[in-house]
Amino acid sequence: MKLYSKRAHELHELLVSKQVSAVELVNDVAARLEDVEPKVLAFVSQRIEDAKAEAARVDDKIASGETIGPLEGIPMAIKDNMCTEGIPTTCSSKMLHNFVPPYSATVVRKLNEAGAIMLGKVNMDEFAMGSSCENSWQEGTRNPWRLERVPGGSSGGSAASVAAGQAIFSLGSDTGGSIRQPAAFCGVVGLKPTYGSVSRYGLIAFASSLDQIGPFSRDVRDCAQVMNVIAGHDPLDSTSAPIDRPDYTSFLNKSIKGWRIGVPKEYFGEGIDAEVEEVLRKAMKTLESLGAELVECSLPHTEYALPCYYIIAPAEASSNLARYDGVRYGFRTEDAEDLISMFSKTRSEGFGEEVKRRIMLGTYALSSGYYDAYYLKALKVRTLIKQDFDRAFEKFDVLLSPTTPTVAFTCGDRLENPLQMYQSDICTLSVNLAGIPAISINAGFADGLPIGLQFMGKPFEEGRLLQISHAFEEATGCHSQMAPLKGGCEG
Amino acid sequence: MALTKEEVQHVAKLARLELSEDEVDKYTVQLNAILEYARKLEALDTTNVPPTAHAFPLQNVMREDKVTASMAQEKVVSNAPDEEDGFFKVPRIV
Repeated sequence: MKLYSKRAHELHELLVSKQVSAVELVNDVAARLEDVEPKVLAFVSQRIEDAKAEAARVDDKIASGETIGPLEGIPMAIKDNMCTEGIPTTCSSKMLHNFVPPYSATVVRKLNEAGAIMLGKVNMDEFAMGSSCENSWQEGTRNPWRLERVPGGSSGGSAASVAAGQAIFSLGSDTGGSIRQPAAFCGVVGLKPTYGSVSRYGLIAFASSLDQIGPFSRDVRDCAQVMNVIAGHDPLDSTSAPIDRPDYTSFLNKSIKGWRIGVPKEYFGEGIDAEVEEVLRKAMKTLESLGAELVECSLPHTEYALPCYYIIAPAEASSNLARYDGVRYGFRTEDAEDLISMFSKTRSEGFGEEVKRRIMLGTYALSSGYYDAYYLKALKVRTLIKQDFDRAFEKFDVLLSPTTPTVAFTCGDRLENPLQMYQSDICTLSVNLAGIPAISINAGFADGLPIGLQFMGKPFEEGRLLQISHAFEEATGCHSQMAPLKGGCEG
Repeated sequence: MALTKEEVQHVAKLARLELSEDEVDKYTVQLNAILEYARKLEALDTTNVPPTAHAFPLQNVMREDKVTASMAQEKVVSNAPDEEDGFFKVPRIV
Protein backbone atom coordinates (compact mmCIF):
# COMPACT_ATOMS: atom_id res chain seq x y z
CA MET A 1 0.00 0.00 0.00
CA LYS A 2 1.39 3.42 -0.91
CA LEU A 3 0.75 5.04 2.43
CA TYR A 4 3.02 7.97 1.57
CA SER A 5 0.55 9.21 -1.05
CA LYS A 6 -2.31 9.49 1.45
CA ARG A 7 -3.42 12.45 3.50
CA ALA A 8 -3.19 12.75 7.28
CA HIS A 9 -6.94 12.41 7.84
CA GLU A 10 -7.05 9.22 5.73
CA LEU A 11 -4.05 7.79 7.56
CA HIS A 12 -5.62 8.64 10.91
CA GLU A 13 -8.63 6.47 9.96
CA LEU A 14 -6.30 3.60 9.02
CA LEU A 15 -4.43 3.91 12.33
CA VAL A 16 -7.58 4.08 14.45
CA SER A 17 -9.16 1.09 12.68
CA LYS A 18 -5.86 -0.78 13.11
CA GLN A 19 -5.54 -1.48 9.39
CA VAL A 20 -2.11 0.07 9.54
CA SER A 21 0.31 0.55 12.45
CA ALA A 22 2.21 3.75 13.10
CA VAL A 23 5.48 1.85 12.62
CA GLU A 24 4.31 0.57 9.21
CA LEU A 25 3.35 4.12 8.30
CA VAL A 26 6.71 5.62 9.30
CA ASN A 27 8.54 2.77 7.53
CA ASP A 28 6.57 3.36 4.34
CA VAL A 29 7.11 7.14 4.25
CA ALA A 30 10.77 6.76 5.30
CA ALA A 31 11.33 4.25 2.46
CA ARG A 32 9.78 6.67 0.00
CA LEU A 33 11.89 9.50 1.44
CA GLU A 34 15.07 7.53 0.94
CA ASP A 35 14.01 6.32 -2.50
CA VAL A 36 13.37 9.73 -4.05
CA GLU A 37 15.72 11.92 -2.01
CA PRO A 38 18.62 11.64 -4.51
CA LYS A 39 16.33 13.29 -7.06
CA VAL A 40 14.46 15.79 -4.88
CA LEU A 41 17.17 16.82 -2.36
CA ALA A 42 14.57 18.16 0.07
CA PHE A 43 16.20 17.21 3.37
CA VAL A 44 18.99 18.88 5.33
CA SER A 45 18.95 16.24 8.08
CA GLN A 46 16.99 13.08 8.86
CA ARG A 47 16.05 11.24 12.06
CA ILE A 48 14.46 8.03 10.81
CA GLU A 49 15.49 5.76 13.71
CA ASP A 50 14.12 8.18 16.33
CA ALA A 51 10.94 8.51 14.26
CA LYS A 52 10.48 4.73 14.29
CA ALA A 53 10.87 4.65 18.08
CA GLU A 54 8.24 7.39 18.41
CA ALA A 55 5.92 5.44 16.09
CA ALA A 56 6.28 2.36 18.30
CA ARG A 57 5.08 4.41 21.26
CA VAL A 58 2.02 5.53 19.27
CA ASP A 59 1.29 1.87 18.50
CA ASP A 60 1.53 1.03 22.21
CA LYS A 61 -1.01 3.74 22.89
CA ILE A 62 -3.39 2.40 20.23
CA ALA A 63 -2.94 -1.17 21.50
CA SER A 64 -3.80 -0.14 25.05
CA GLY A 65 -7.07 1.34 23.82
CA GLU A 66 -6.17 5.01 24.24
CA THR A 67 -7.62 7.48 21.74
CA ILE A 68 -5.12 9.20 19.48
CA GLY A 69 -5.25 12.73 18.08
CA PRO A 70 -5.67 13.56 14.36
CA LEU A 71 -1.92 14.08 13.79
CA GLU A 72 -0.67 11.38 16.12
CA GLY A 73 1.75 9.07 14.33
CA ILE A 74 1.68 11.18 11.14
CA PRO A 75 5.15 11.72 9.54
CA MET A 76 6.07 15.38 8.98
CA ALA A 77 8.98 17.59 7.93
CA ILE A 78 10.03 20.90 9.50
CA LYS A 79 11.76 23.78 7.72
CA ASP A 80 15.31 24.12 8.99
CA ASN A 81 14.76 27.61 10.44
CA MET A 82 12.60 26.36 13.31
CA CYS A 83 14.47 25.36 16.44
CA THR A 84 14.36 21.68 17.39
CA GLU A 85 15.93 20.86 20.74
CA GLY A 86 18.96 18.61 20.32
CA ILE A 87 18.53 18.43 16.54
CA PRO A 88 20.68 20.66 14.28
CA THR A 89 18.93 23.75 12.91
CA THR A 90 21.04 25.31 10.17
CA CYS A 91 18.85 27.80 8.27
CA SER A 92 20.64 26.19 5.29
CA SER A 93 23.59 28.42 6.14
CA LYS A 94 27.25 27.82 6.86
CA MET A 95 26.74 30.35 9.66
CA LEU A 96 24.60 27.87 11.61
CA HIS A 97 25.91 24.58 10.18
CA ASN A 98 26.85 23.37 13.69
CA PHE A 99 24.01 24.95 15.68
CA VAL A 100 22.08 22.56 17.95
CA PRO A 101 19.26 24.49 19.62
CA PRO A 102 18.91 24.11 23.40
CA TYR A 103 15.13 24.55 23.07
CA SER A 104 12.30 23.90 20.60
CA ALA A 105 10.11 26.40 18.77
CA THR A 106 6.56 26.58 20.13
CA VAL A 107 5.15 25.09 16.89
CA VAL A 108 7.56 22.15 17.14
CA ARG A 109 6.69 21.58 20.80
CA LYS A 110 2.96 21.69 19.99
CA LEU A 111 3.30 19.21 17.11
CA ASN A 112 5.40 16.90 19.30
CA GLU A 113 2.75 17.04 21.99
CA ALA A 114 0.10 16.26 19.35
CA GLY A 115 2.11 13.13 18.48
CA ALA A 116 3.19 14.08 14.96
CA ILE A 117 6.47 12.41 14.03
CA MET A 118 9.29 14.46 12.51
CA LEU A 119 11.29 12.60 9.85
CA GLY A 120 13.74 15.43 9.36
CA LYS A 121 14.51 19.07 8.72
CA VAL A 122 14.02 20.42 5.22
CA ASN A 123 15.96 22.67 2.88
CA MET A 124 15.40 26.36 2.28
CA ASP A 125 17.02 29.44 0.87
CA GLU A 126 19.65 30.58 3.36
CA PHE A 127 17.96 32.45 6.23
CA ALA A 128 14.72 32.26 4.16
CA MET A 129 16.07 34.78 1.65
CA GLY A 130 15.19 33.64 -1.83
CA SER A 131 12.46 32.39 -4.12
CA SER A 132 13.97 29.22 -5.56
CA CYS A 133 15.65 27.24 -2.76
CA GLU A 134 18.91 27.65 -4.69
CA ASN A 135 20.49 29.98 -2.09
CA SER A 136 21.08 27.02 0.20
CA TRP A 137 24.46 26.17 1.70
CA GLN A 138 23.81 22.64 0.47
CA GLU A 139 22.54 21.72 -2.97
CA GLY A 140 19.24 23.28 -4.07
CA THR A 141 16.03 21.24 -3.80
CA ARG A 142 14.30 20.23 -7.08
CA ASN A 143 10.68 20.46 -8.15
CA PRO A 144 9.08 16.98 -7.93
CA TRP A 145 6.86 17.77 -10.93
CA ARG A 146 9.87 18.35 -13.16
CA LEU A 147 13.30 17.94 -11.69
CA GLU A 148 15.09 20.58 -13.76
CA ARG A 149 12.77 23.22 -12.29
CA VAL A 150 13.03 24.96 -8.92
CA PRO A 151 10.53 24.07 -6.17
CA GLY A 152 10.17 27.76 -5.26
CA GLY A 153 11.35 29.29 -2.05
CA SER A 154 12.25 29.97 0.47
CA SER A 155 10.36 26.96 1.92
CA GLY A 156 11.30 24.80 -1.10
CA GLY A 157 12.12 21.69 0.93
CA SER A 158 8.83 21.92 2.84
CA ALA A 159 6.82 22.08 -0.40
CA ALA A 160 8.84 19.50 -2.35
CA SER A 161 8.88 16.91 0.45
CA VAL A 162 5.08 16.98 0.69
CA ALA A 163 4.60 16.92 -3.10
CA ALA A 164 7.01 13.98 -3.44
CA GLY A 165 5.48 11.90 -0.64
CA GLN A 166 8.53 12.23 1.65
CA ALA A 167 6.32 13.66 4.39
CA ILE A 168 2.55 13.86 4.83
CA PHE A 169 2.65 17.51 5.87
CA SER A 170 5.27 20.07 6.74
CA LEU A 171 5.81 23.50 8.21
CA GLY A 172 7.31 26.45 6.39
CA SER A 173 7.63 30.15 7.02
CA ASP A 174 6.41 33.04 4.86
CA THR A 175 7.94 36.52 4.88
CA GLY A 176 7.03 37.61 1.35
CA GLY A 177 5.51 34.49 -0.16
CA SER A 178 7.88 31.78 1.08
CA ILE A 179 5.02 29.35 1.83
CA ARG A 180 2.56 30.24 -0.94
CA GLN A 181 4.98 30.52 -3.87
CA PRO A 182 6.60 27.07 -3.36
CA ALA A 183 3.14 25.59 -2.61
CA ALA A 184 1.99 26.89 -6.00
CA PHE A 185 5.12 25.63 -7.81
CA CYS A 186 4.80 22.18 -6.21
CA GLY A 187 1.01 21.81 -6.47
CA VAL A 188 0.27 21.54 -2.74
CA VAL A 189 -1.74 23.54 -0.21
CA GLY A 190 0.18 26.28 1.63
CA LEU A 191 -1.29 28.67 4.18
CA LYS A 192 0.27 31.87 5.48
CA PRO A 193 -1.75 32.67 8.60
CA THR A 194 -2.52 36.18 9.87
CA TYR A 195 0.50 37.88 11.45
CA GLY A 196 0.29 36.90 15.10
CA SER A 197 -1.98 33.86 14.86
CA VAL A 198 0.88 31.32 15.02
CA SER A 199 3.71 31.78 17.53
CA ARG A 200 7.10 32.72 16.10
CA TYR A 201 8.97 31.70 19.26
CA GLY A 202 11.92 29.61 18.10
CA LEU A 203 11.61 30.65 14.45
CA ILE A 204 14.98 32.08 13.42
CA ALA A 205 14.14 35.67 12.56
CA PHE A 206 14.43 37.13 9.05
CA ALA A 207 12.07 40.16 9.01
CA SER A 208 10.18 40.21 12.27
CA SER A 209 7.20 42.34 11.22
CA LEU A 210 6.53 40.05 8.23
CA ASP A 211 7.56 36.48 9.22
CA GLN A 212 4.83 33.94 9.86
CA ILE A 213 4.83 30.13 10.20
CA GLY A 214 2.26 28.01 8.36
CA PRO A 215 1.47 24.50 7.08
CA PHE A 216 2.00 22.67 3.77
CA SER A 217 -0.30 19.72 3.04
CA ARG A 218 -1.81 17.71 0.20
CA ASP A 219 -5.36 18.83 0.92
CA VAL A 220 -7.28 21.53 2.72
CA ARG A 221 -8.55 19.30 5.53
CA ASP A 222 -4.99 18.46 6.55
CA CYS A 223 -4.14 22.16 6.50
CA ALA A 224 -7.03 22.81 8.92
CA GLN A 225 -5.87 19.95 11.18
CA VAL A 226 -2.34 21.33 11.39
CA MET A 227 -3.65 24.83 12.10
CA ASN A 228 -5.73 23.37 14.95
CA VAL A 229 -2.46 22.32 16.56
CA ILE A 230 -0.11 25.22 15.82
CA ALA A 231 -2.34 28.33 16.04
CA GLY A 232 -3.11 30.23 19.22
CA HIS A 233 -1.63 32.71 21.64
CA ASP A 234 1.84 32.11 23.08
CA PRO A 235 3.13 34.17 26.00
CA LEU A 236 6.68 33.51 24.72
CA ASP A 237 6.00 35.58 21.56
CA SER A 238 4.95 39.11 22.46
CA THR A 239 3.64 39.69 18.92
CA SER A 240 1.37 36.66 19.19
CA ALA A 241 -2.29 37.75 19.07
CA PRO A 242 -4.43 37.17 22.16
CA ILE A 243 -7.27 35.45 20.30
CA ASP A 244 -9.25 32.26 20.78
CA ARG A 245 -8.36 29.63 18.22
CA PRO A 246 -11.42 28.31 16.36
CA ASP A 247 -11.78 24.68 15.26
CA TYR A 248 -10.56 25.20 11.72
CA THR A 249 -12.13 21.95 10.51
CA SER A 250 -15.57 23.38 11.36
CA PHE A 251 -15.26 25.56 8.24
CA LEU A 252 -15.03 22.56 5.90
CA ASN A 253 -17.94 21.13 3.88
CA LYS A 254 -19.79 24.41 3.93
CA SER A 255 -21.32 26.23 1.00
CA ILE A 256 -19.88 29.47 -0.36
CA LYS A 257 -23.17 30.41 -1.98
CA GLY A 258 -23.66 34.16 -2.01
CA TRP A 259 -20.01 34.95 -1.18
CA ARG A 260 -18.59 38.04 -2.82
CA ILE A 261 -15.11 37.44 -4.19
CA GLY A 262 -13.04 40.44 -5.20
CA VAL A 263 -10.73 40.00 -8.18
CA PRO A 264 -8.08 42.73 -8.03
CA LYS A 265 -7.31 43.77 -11.60
CA GLU A 266 -3.68 44.60 -10.74
CA TYR A 267 -3.01 40.85 -10.34
CA PHE A 268 -3.93 40.07 -13.93
CA GLY A 269 -2.69 41.19 -17.35
CA GLU A 270 0.82 42.49 -17.85
CA GLY A 271 3.49 40.44 -16.07
CA ILE A 272 1.22 37.41 -15.60
CA ASP A 273 1.73 34.51 -18.02
CA ALA A 274 -1.20 33.73 -20.29
CA GLU A 275 -1.27 30.07 -19.19
CA VAL A 276 -1.56 31.13 -15.55
CA GLU A 277 -4.37 33.55 -16.33
CA GLU A 278 -6.21 30.91 -18.36
CA VAL A 279 -6.22 28.45 -15.45
CA LEU A 280 -7.32 31.23 -13.09
CA ARG A 281 -10.23 32.23 -15.36
CA LYS A 282 -11.37 28.61 -15.37
CA ALA A 283 -11.16 28.48 -11.57
CA MET A 284 -13.28 31.62 -11.37
CA LYS A 285 -15.99 29.91 -13.44
CA THR A 286 -15.92 26.96 -11.02
CA LEU A 287 -16.39 29.31 -8.08
CA GLU A 288 -19.30 30.99 -9.86
CA SER A 289 -20.89 27.60 -10.41
CA LEU A 290 -20.65 27.08 -6.63
CA GLY A 291 -22.77 30.19 -6.11
CA ALA A 292 -20.11 32.83 -5.47
CA GLU A 293 -20.21 36.21 -7.11
CA LEU A 294 -16.96 37.42 -8.64
CA VAL A 295 -16.44 41.14 -9.00
CA GLU A 296 -13.44 43.00 -10.36
CA CYS A 297 -11.88 45.38 -7.86
CA SER A 298 -8.73 47.42 -7.43
CA LEU A 299 -5.82 47.44 -4.98
CA PRO A 300 -4.24 50.56 -6.50
CA HIS A 301 -0.91 50.44 -4.64
CA THR A 302 -0.04 46.88 -5.70
CA GLU A 303 2.78 47.99 -7.99
CA TYR A 304 4.55 49.56 -5.00
CA ALA A 305 4.56 46.38 -2.91
CA LEU A 306 7.77 44.99 -4.40
CA PRO A 307 9.94 48.10 -3.89
CA CYS A 308 8.33 48.64 -0.47
CA TYR A 309 9.07 45.06 0.59
CA TYR A 310 12.65 45.13 -0.67
CA ILE A 311 13.40 48.08 1.60
CA ILE A 312 11.54 46.90 4.72
CA ALA A 313 12.54 43.21 4.68
CA PRO A 314 16.30 43.80 4.16
CA ALA A 315 16.24 46.60 6.76
CA GLU A 316 14.75 44.27 9.36
CA ALA A 317 17.07 41.46 8.25
CA SER A 318 20.20 43.59 8.58
CA SER A 319 19.21 44.29 12.16
CA ASN A 320 18.15 40.70 12.99
CA LEU A 321 21.27 39.15 11.47
CA ALA A 322 23.61 41.41 13.41
CA ARG A 323 23.56 38.70 16.10
CA TYR A 324 25.74 36.36 13.99
CA ASP A 325 29.12 37.49 15.19
CA GLY A 326 30.86 34.23 16.06
CA VAL A 327 30.61 34.78 19.82
CA ARG A 328 27.67 32.78 21.19
CA TYR A 329 26.78 30.17 18.59
CA GLY A 330 27.35 29.06 15.03
CA PHE A 331 30.37 29.49 12.80
CA ARG A 332 33.51 31.41 13.82
CA THR A 333 36.35 32.29 11.46
CA GLU A 334 39.68 30.62 12.06
CA ASP A 335 41.91 33.56 11.28
CA ALA A 336 40.78 36.41 13.50
CA GLU A 337 43.46 38.95 14.41
CA ASP A 338 41.34 40.88 16.88
CA LEU A 339 37.70 41.19 17.94
CA ILE A 340 36.55 43.39 15.04
CA SER A 341 38.22 41.22 12.40
CA MET A 342 36.66 38.17 14.06
CA PHE A 343 33.23 39.73 13.57
CA SER A 344 33.73 40.75 9.96
CA LYS A 345 35.62 37.64 8.86
CA THR A 346 33.07 35.37 10.56
CA ARG A 347 30.21 37.17 8.81
CA SER A 348 31.93 37.32 5.41
CA GLU A 349 32.81 33.62 5.46
CA GLY A 350 29.60 32.44 7.14
CA PHE A 351 26.94 34.20 5.04
CA GLY A 352 26.15 33.42 1.40
CA GLU A 353 25.83 35.92 -1.43
CA GLU A 354 22.12 36.76 -1.23
CA VAL A 355 22.19 37.16 2.55
CA LYS A 356 25.12 39.56 2.29
CA ARG A 357 23.36 41.46 -0.50
CA ARG A 358 20.29 41.97 1.68
CA ILE A 359 22.31 42.92 4.75
CA MET A 360 24.08 45.53 2.59
CA LEU A 361 20.79 46.82 1.20
CA GLY A 362 19.16 47.00 4.63
CA THR A 363 22.15 48.60 6.29
CA TYR A 364 22.19 51.26 3.59
CA ALA A 365 18.44 51.91 3.84
CA LEU A 366 18.75 52.39 7.61
CA SER A 367 21.97 54.43 7.53
CA SER A 368 22.20 58.06 8.50
CA GLY A 369 21.05 60.35 5.68
CA TYR A 370 19.05 57.65 3.84
CA TYR A 371 16.67 56.46 6.56
CA ASP A 372 13.90 58.95 5.69
CA ALA A 373 14.26 58.55 1.94
CA TYR A 374 14.07 54.75 1.95
CA TYR A 375 12.96 53.12 5.20
CA LEU A 376 10.47 55.71 6.49
CA LYS A 377 9.11 56.18 2.99
CA ALA A 378 8.57 52.42 2.67
CA LEU A 379 6.75 52.28 6.03
CA LYS A 380 4.38 54.99 4.82
CA VAL A 381 3.73 53.15 1.56
CA ARG A 382 3.08 50.06 3.66
CA THR A 383 0.19 51.98 5.26
CA LEU A 384 -1.26 52.72 1.81
CA ILE A 385 -1.00 49.04 0.81
CA LYS A 386 -2.74 47.98 4.03
CA GLN A 387 -5.49 50.57 3.47
CA ASP A 388 -6.13 49.13 -0.01
CA PHE A 389 -6.99 45.80 1.65
CA ASP A 390 -9.06 47.42 4.43
CA ARG A 391 -11.18 49.11 1.76
CA ALA A 392 -11.54 45.97 -0.36
CA PHE A 393 -12.63 43.87 2.62
CA GLU A 394 -15.49 46.29 3.32
CA LYS A 395 -17.03 44.90 0.13
CA PHE A 396 -15.69 41.37 -0.26
CA ASP A 397 -15.49 38.15 1.74
CA VAL A 398 -12.18 37.15 0.15
CA LEU A 399 -9.93 38.27 -2.69
CA LEU A 400 -8.66 35.99 -5.45
CA SER A 401 -5.46 36.13 -7.50
CA PRO A 402 -2.80 33.92 -9.03
CA THR A 403 -0.16 32.92 -6.43
CA THR A 404 2.70 33.41 -8.90
CA PRO A 405 2.99 35.15 -12.26
CA THR A 406 4.54 32.06 -13.91
CA VAL A 407 4.90 28.32 -13.39
CA ALA A 408 8.12 27.07 -11.73
CA PHE A 409 11.17 28.36 -13.57
CA THR A 410 14.30 26.40 -14.51
CA CYS A 411 17.18 25.93 -12.05
CA GLY A 412 19.84 28.61 -12.46
CA ASP A 413 17.69 30.89 -14.63
CA ARG A 414 17.34 33.80 -12.24
CA LEU A 415 20.39 33.49 -10.03
CA GLU A 416 22.41 36.25 -11.68
CA ASN A 417 19.59 38.79 -11.66
CA PRO A 418 18.26 39.48 -8.15
CA LEU A 419 15.49 41.82 -9.34
CA GLN A 420 14.15 39.17 -11.70
CA MET A 421 14.20 36.64 -8.85
CA TYR A 422 12.30 39.09 -6.62
CA GLN A 423 9.62 39.46 -9.34
CA SER A 424 8.42 35.90 -8.73
CA ASP A 425 6.89 37.15 -5.47
CA ILE A 426 4.85 40.04 -6.87
CA CYS A 427 1.51 38.36 -6.13
CA THR A 428 2.36 37.40 -2.55
CA LEU A 429 4.30 40.31 -0.99
CA SER A 430 1.39 42.68 -0.30
CA VAL A 431 -0.23 40.13 1.99
CA ASN A 432 2.78 40.12 4.34
CA LEU A 433 2.97 43.93 4.35
CA ALA A 434 -0.74 44.07 5.32
CA GLY A 435 -0.39 41.19 7.81
CA ILE A 436 -3.46 39.38 6.45
CA PRO A 437 -3.86 35.61 5.89
CA ALA A 438 -3.65 33.99 2.43
CA ILE A 439 -3.69 30.46 1.09
CA SER A 440 -2.40 28.91 -2.13
CA ILE A 441 -4.10 25.83 -3.57
CA ASN A 442 -3.58 24.03 -6.84
CA ALA A 443 -5.92 25.29 -9.57
CA GLY A 444 -4.66 23.28 -12.52
CA PHE A 445 -1.66 22.68 -14.74
CA ALA A 446 0.14 24.08 -17.75
CA ASP A 447 2.27 21.55 -19.60
CA GLY A 448 2.37 19.31 -16.52
CA LEU A 449 3.43 22.06 -14.11
CA PRO A 450 1.13 23.15 -11.27
CA ILE A 451 -0.50 26.58 -11.12
CA GLY A 452 -1.52 28.11 -7.80
CA LEU A 453 -4.66 30.02 -6.89
CA GLN A 454 -4.39 32.45 -3.98
CA PHE A 455 -7.23 33.51 -1.69
CA MET A 456 -6.55 36.47 0.59
CA GLY A 457 -8.72 37.09 3.65
CA LYS A 458 -9.49 39.47 6.47
CA PRO A 459 -7.25 39.35 9.56
CA PHE A 460 -7.85 36.19 11.61
CA GLU A 461 -10.29 34.75 9.06
CA GLU A 462 -8.16 31.75 8.06
CA GLY A 463 -11.33 29.69 8.57
CA ARG A 464 -13.04 31.35 5.63
CA LEU A 465 -9.98 30.80 3.44
CA LEU A 466 -10.16 27.11 4.33
CA GLN A 467 -13.90 27.06 3.65
CA ILE A 468 -13.63 28.41 0.10
CA SER A 469 -10.48 26.41 -0.64
CA HIS A 470 -12.19 23.22 0.49
CA ALA A 471 -15.27 23.98 -1.62
CA PHE A 472 -13.04 24.54 -4.65
CA GLU A 473 -10.99 21.42 -3.98
CA GLU A 474 -14.11 19.27 -3.65
CA ALA A 475 -15.46 20.67 -6.92
CA THR A 476 -12.28 20.15 -8.96
CA GLY A 477 -10.32 17.26 -7.44
CA CYS A 478 -7.08 19.02 -8.45
CA HIS A 479 -5.46 17.96 -5.20
CA SER A 480 -5.63 14.23 -5.84
CA GLN A 481 -2.44 13.92 -7.90
CA MET A 482 1.05 12.97 -6.78
CA ALA A 483 4.09 14.61 -8.38
CA PRO A 484 5.62 12.30 -11.02
CA LEU A 485 9.35 13.04 -10.36
CA LYS A 486 10.13 13.41 -14.04
CA GLY A 487 13.09 14.96 -15.78
CA GLY A 488 16.56 15.68 -14.56
CA CYS A 489 18.56 18.65 -13.45
CA GLU A 490 22.11 19.36 -14.46
CA GLY A 491 24.62 20.89 -12.14
CA MET B 1 21.99 59.45 -5.94
CA ALA B 2 23.82 56.44 -7.33
CA LEU B 3 25.80 54.39 -4.86
CA THR B 4 29.59 54.57 -5.39
CA LYS B 5 32.11 51.82 -4.71
CA GLU B 6 33.41 53.82 -1.74
CA GLU B 7 29.91 53.98 -0.28
CA VAL B 8 29.48 50.24 -0.76
CA GLN B 9 32.71 49.73 1.17
CA HIS B 10 31.50 52.09 3.89
CA VAL B 11 28.17 50.22 4.19
CA ALA B 12 30.07 46.92 4.36
CA LYS B 13 32.08 48.31 7.27
CA LEU B 14 28.88 49.38 9.06
CA ALA B 15 27.46 45.88 8.52
CA ARG B 16 30.72 44.23 9.70
CA LEU B 17 31.26 42.54 6.36
CA GLU B 18 34.59 42.18 4.61
CA LEU B 19 34.02 42.22 0.86
CA SER B 20 36.44 41.20 -1.87
CA GLU B 21 37.09 43.58 -4.79
CA ASP B 22 34.86 41.40 -6.97
CA GLU B 23 32.06 41.50 -4.43
CA VAL B 24 32.30 45.29 -4.16
CA ASP B 25 32.03 45.60 -7.95
CA LYS B 26 29.12 43.19 -8.15
CA TYR B 27 27.18 44.65 -5.23
CA THR B 28 27.69 48.21 -6.50
CA VAL B 29 25.94 47.30 -9.75
CA GLN B 30 23.23 45.16 -8.16
CA LEU B 31 22.42 47.47 -5.23
CA ASN B 32 22.12 50.41 -7.61
CA ALA B 33 19.65 48.47 -9.74
CA ILE B 34 17.57 47.55 -6.69
CA LEU B 35 17.68 51.07 -5.23
CA GLU B 36 16.75 52.59 -8.55
CA TYR B 37 13.74 50.30 -8.60
CA ALA B 38 12.94 51.26 -4.99
CA ARG B 39 12.89 54.92 -5.95
CA LYS B 40 9.59 54.14 -7.64
CA LEU B 41 8.16 54.86 -4.18
CA GLU B 42 9.08 58.54 -4.60
CA ALA B 43 6.22 58.88 -7.07
CA LEU B 44 3.73 58.51 -4.22
CA ASP B 45 2.72 61.50 -2.11
CA THR B 46 2.91 60.30 1.49
CA THR B 47 2.87 63.71 3.22
CA ASN B 48 0.03 62.92 5.62
CA VAL B 49 0.41 59.14 5.72
CA PRO B 50 1.51 57.65 9.05
CA PRO B 51 4.16 54.89 8.88
CA THR B 52 3.22 51.27 9.60
CA ALA B 53 5.92 49.32 11.43
CA HIS B 54 3.65 46.41 12.38
CA ALA B 55 0.40 45.34 10.73
CA PHE B 56 -1.38 44.71 14.03
CA PRO B 57 0.51 46.58 16.72
CA LEU B 58 0.00 45.26 20.23
CA GLN B 59 0.99 47.73 22.91
CA ASN B 60 2.45 47.21 26.35
CA VAL B 61 2.58 43.44 26.30
CA MET B 62 3.50 42.69 29.90
CA ARG B 63 3.87 39.67 32.10
CA GLU B 64 3.76 39.42 35.84
CA ASP B 65 7.06 40.45 37.43
CA LYS B 66 7.78 37.02 38.82
CA VAL B 67 11.04 35.11 38.91
CA THR B 68 10.80 31.87 36.94
CA ALA B 69 13.31 29.21 35.94
CA SER B 70 15.60 30.14 33.05
CA MET B 71 17.89 28.10 30.85
CA ALA B 72 20.85 26.47 32.59
CA GLN B 73 24.18 28.19 31.96
CA GLU B 74 25.78 25.09 30.46
CA LYS B 75 22.95 24.92 27.91
CA VAL B 76 23.35 28.61 27.08
CA VAL B 77 27.03 28.21 26.25
CA SER B 78 26.68 24.75 24.68
CA ASN B 79 26.88 26.21 21.14
CA ALA B 80 29.70 28.65 21.81
CA PRO B 81 32.65 28.43 19.38
CA ASP B 82 34.92 29.06 22.37
CA GLU B 83 33.96 28.87 26.03
CA GLU B 84 35.59 28.70 29.44
CA ASP B 85 33.97 28.13 32.84
CA GLY B 86 30.52 29.02 31.49
CA PHE B 87 31.70 32.24 29.81
CA PHE B 88 31.94 33.09 26.10
CA LYS B 89 35.55 33.50 25.04
CA VAL B 90 36.62 36.00 22.35
CA PRO B 91 39.98 37.30 21.07
CA ARG B 92 41.78 39.75 23.30
CA ILE B 93 40.06 43.17 23.36
CA VAL B 94 42.52 45.39 25.24
